[in-house]
Amino acid sequence: MAARIQVPASTKRGEVVEIRLLIQHPMETGYRRDDVGHLIKRNVITLLSCRYDGVEVFRADLSSGIAANPYLQFYTVAGKSGELELYWIDDEGKQGSERQAIKVT
Amino acid sequence: MRRAAAAVATAVLALLALPAAAQQRAIPLSELMSGSAFLGADLRSLQNDDFANPGMLWIERGAKLWSEPAGTKKQSCASCHEDAKTSMRGVAAGYPRIDAESGRLVNLEGRINLCRTRRMGAEPFKYESEELLAITAYVARQSRGVPLNVFIDGAAKSHFDAGEKAYRLRRGQMNLSCAHCHEANWGKRLLSETISQGHPNGYPAYRMEWQTMGSLERRLRACLSGVRAEMLPYGSPEYLDLELYLAWRAQGLLIETPGVRR
Repeated sequence: MAARIQVPASTKRGEVVEIRLLIQHPMETGYRRDDVGHLIKRNVITLLSCRYDGVEVFRADLSSGIAANPYLQFYTVAGKSGELELYWIDDEGKQGSERQAIKVT
Repeated sequence: MRRAAAAVATAVLALLALPAAAQQRAIPLSELMSGSAFLGADLRSLQNDDFANPGMLWIERGAKLWSEPAGTKKQSCASCHEDAKTSMRGVAAGYPRIDAESGRLVNLEGRINLCRTRRMGAEPFKYESEELLAITAYVARQSRGVPLNVFIDGAAKSHFDAGEKAYRLRRGQMNLSCAHCHEANWGKRLLSETISQGHPNGYPAYRMEWQTMGSLERRLRACLSGVRAEMLPYGSPEYLDLELYLAWRAQGLLIETPGVRR
């Protein structure tokens, strides 16, 4: 699962940090039918979690109705230098993750 | 005598090199509008956001494919063309064009596949495959901001004429040609949407309706389906001729790949 993440590499303590994430995923709704009329099984990212220095700072429960290749943008406050870990899982059990270090001065 | 012949040769060359811009235009330059001008502000800003533009996922894939060796010769695009940022700058703006070796009209997808079969000893990518979309979008992306400028003279002339004919041909149960919407009625409403001028400068583009990336030919097929006409198979010569006419019609518009469209 290809993904893009954008986080400032360094910031000041107490600053609000913007985290942007774009995941390549079909987000199949489960309501569509294929060319011969069979229902296409639902396959959406159900859970997305962001941990900052080991502590969960953001969590999203996604479902049908969210467009393919979801784009998420959220914020956290810079505490100390640490790693930002993004993790997600879809209906098929496929997992994806991205990590990036933030340097706080 | 030799000098005279040289002068004639130079004149012929000058004629051949005459850019399409010197020809009469289909739409006056002052009225020429890219498809992105017909979008809402939200989609336009999504297209212009280099991070959030979903087409960038394909561009990244294309960048990897660029330097991935393939085929019997174990060559990658980069083996010959090196850095795409410089070698591919402006290239997409000249397609479709005549392939000198075969004398046939090829679009960017076709050119990439010719490189694969002739130079790399690799299988061509399947039309509309993720790989072909990714590498085509990556190559076209290097020409972002370059105005479209195709050659329609010489060997391309017959293709151009066929393309214009295809553009004006009434088709399907609706009995409509491309021109009925995109020439006579652009800017007006079709249900909830504004009819665009129908330019190819954002392709391969990410279309909301598809929820994925698609080629210009996929877009043409969508129009054909819309007027309830028969959709031709991917890579058909008729599409190529039409693509050439569309590129000429849009001459001067800047390449926006990866475009975001409704």
